[in-house]
Amino acid sequence: MTAASGAPVAGVSPTGTTPPVRRAARGRYGATPAKATGAAVLIVVGLLFAIPLLSMGWFTLQRVGSPGITFVHWLALFDPAQSSNYSDLFAGVQNSLVLAVIVVAIVLLLLLPAMLLAELRHPKAHRVLEFVCLLPITVPTIVLVVGFVPVYQVLQQVVGSDPWTLSFAIGVIVLPYAYRPIQANIGTLNLTTLTEAARSLGASWPVAVWRVVLPNLRRGLISSCLLTVSVVLGEFTIANVLSQNTFQTALLLLQQTDPYVGALLALAALLFVFVLLVVVSTAGSITRGPRRRKS
Amino acid sequence: MTTTAKSPAGTTASAAAVPAGTERLGTRGAGGSTLRRRGVGWLGFAPFGVYVLLFLAVPGVVAITSGFFDASGRPTLANFAALGDRTIASNFWSSIWLSAVSAVISAVLGALVCWALSAARPDGLVRAVVDSASSVFAQFGGVMLAFAFIATVGAQTLVQGVVQQLTGFDTSTFLYSVAGLLLPYTYFGVPLMVLSFMPAFDGLRPQWGEAVATLGGTRLDFWRRVGVPVLAPAFFGSLILLFANAFSSYATAAALISQGGIITLAIRQQLTSETIVGVANTAGVLALGMVVIMAVLMTACAALDRRTRRWQR
Repeated sequence: MTAASGAPVAGVSPTGTTPPVRRAARGRYGATPAKATGAAVLIVVGLLFAIPLLSMGWFTLQRVGSPGITFVHWLALFDPAQSSNYSDLFAGVQNSLVLAVIVVAIVLLLLLPAMLLAELRHPKAHRVLEFVCLLPITVPTIVLVVGFVPVYQVLQQVVGSDPWTLSFAIGVIVLPYAYRPIQANIGTLNLTTLTEAARSLGASWPVAVWRVVLPNLRRGLISSCLLTVSVVLGEFTIANVLSQNTFQTALLLLQQTDPYVGALLALAALLFVFVLLVVVSTAGSITRGPRRRKS
Repeated sequence: MTTTAKSPAGTTASAAAVPAGTERLGTRGAGGSTLRRRGVGWLGFAPFGVYVLLFLAVPGVVAITSGFFDASGRPTLANFAALGDRTIASNFWSSIWLSAVSAVISAVLGALVCWALSAARPDGLVRAVVDSASSVFAQFGGVMLAFAFIATVGAQTLVQGVVQQLTGFDTSTFLYSVAGLLLPYTYFGVPLMVLSFMPAFDGLRPQWGEAVATLGGTRLDFWRRVGVPVLAPAFFGSLILLFANAFSSYATAAALISQGGIITLAIRQQLTSETIVGVANTAGVLALGMVVIMAVLMTACAALDRRTRRWQR
C-alpha cells in the first residue's frame, strides 16, 4: 500500500510548496494530476517503453559485421531467390491465418449462439457461461497443454495432426477475449425487448436474430473477432509444445538463423496487432457514423 | 462466414421459439410438458457445451489428475516425489520470486501511469493509444518482446555497450538468466497493470476530491483519507493478477532461456521427455502445483474484487 500511495504523492509534491489558496484558485484537488505532471510522467514512461522497440527497429537496419545502416534485411524478405530460407516462416504464417479463420468460426458458430440463447431464453445459464468463458484466463495455458497432449493423441487418430487441428485448443484460449466484447455489447442492449418487438411485427426467430439482433451486436462482434485474430497470431505455447509450425514458432526458429528478419517481422507483427486494437477501441465511432446517417 | 453463422443461431432460437409461446400462456402448467420444454430449450447449448467439454473440461481434468496415476494408469502418489526434486523445487521458487518482484515493480509503475493518465480525457486519443499499446504488450507480445530485448540489451547493442562502459555490468549474459527475465516481465507487467487498475482510477469520483477540498483538506489529505483506502483493494487485486500472469507466462521465457529455469519451462521439458527416473506424469504433478498456487491467488483476488466494487456502485 505504501508503495502505491508513495508513487502518486511523490508526483504531487511540487504543488505542496504552493500556498493552498492558489491551488484552490487553479481548481486542482482530488486525484487528477496537473496536465503538465501527467504529460511528463506519460512521456518518460513512454520513452522507456519505446527503447526496446526502437532498438529492434534499429537492429533490422544494421549491416552484418560492420557499422552503417542498410535495408538489405528488409529486401531479403521479398527476394524470390531467398524465399527458400523463409519457406517455414511463410508456411507458419499461412497456418496461423487458417487457424485464425477457423477460430473465428468457432466463436461465431459455437460461442455466439450459446450467448444469444443464454440472453434470450435461459438467463440462468448466464453465470455458468460466464464462468466457463473466463476460466481459461485463470488456468495457465501450459497447464491446459498438459491436458491437450493426451487429448490430441486421441484426436490425431480421428482427424490427423495437421496444423489446423490446433484451432480447437486455441479456441479455448480465445474464449475470454471473444466473450467479453460481445457480452459488453449485449449489456448495453435490451435484446429481449428488441426480439419481442421483431416477433410481434411478424418476424420469425431466424429473421429476428439475423436482421435485428446481429446488426445491433455488430460492434461487439467486430471487436471480438479482431481480438480473436490477434490472440491466434500471438499464440505460442500450444503450438510450441504440440510441435506445430505457426507464425510464432516459425518466428522463433527464424530468429536463430536470421535474427535481423526475425526482429523485423516481430516489429511488424506488434505494429499490426497495435493497429488492429486501435481499430477495436475506435470501432464504436466508426460503425456509429453511417448508421446514424441512415436513421 | 456470417451467413453460416445465421443457421445455428436461427435453428437453436427457433427450436426454443415454439415452447416460448406455450410457456408464457401457461406457466407452472403440467409438470411433464415443462420438463420436455426445458429439455428442448437447453439442447441449444449442446454444440458449445460439447466443445467446451472436450477441449476445456477434459484437458483441465486430465492435467490436474494425471499426476495421481502411474505410467500404466494405476492410481499412485509416488509421482509427488517430483516436488522434492532439487531442480523442480528451485524452478518453482524461481517462478515465484520472479513473478513477485516483477509484479511489485510493474504495479507501482503502472499505478503511476494510471494516475498520470487520469488527466487525459477518457474517450480521447491518448487513452485509446495507451490502451491499445498496453493490450499489445500485455497480452500478445510473448516471443516478440523477447526479440526486442535481445536487440536492446543483448550482445553488441547500444544499451549493452553503454552500461558495460559505465558499470562494467554485462547486460547480455544477464538477459539470458532467470533474473534477466525481470526486464521483459516488467515490460508486459506495467501495461497489464494499466489495463486492470485504470477502471478503479476512473471510479474515483471528482466529487470526493471536491468534498475534501471543501472541508479544507489538502491533496495529501485526499490521498491519505480517500484515495489510498479506496484504491487499495483494486491495487492489491491487480498485483495478484500481475503475479498470476507472470507466473503462468511461457513464451518470453521459452524464447530467451531455452535450457529452462522456471516452472512453465520445466513442464514443457517434462512433457517432451521424462527426465526424472522412475517418476511418471511429472508434468501432471507440476501442473497441479501451478493450479493450486493459482487457485489460492484467485480466491484472494475475488475477495479483493468484492471490496473494490463497494465503491464503484
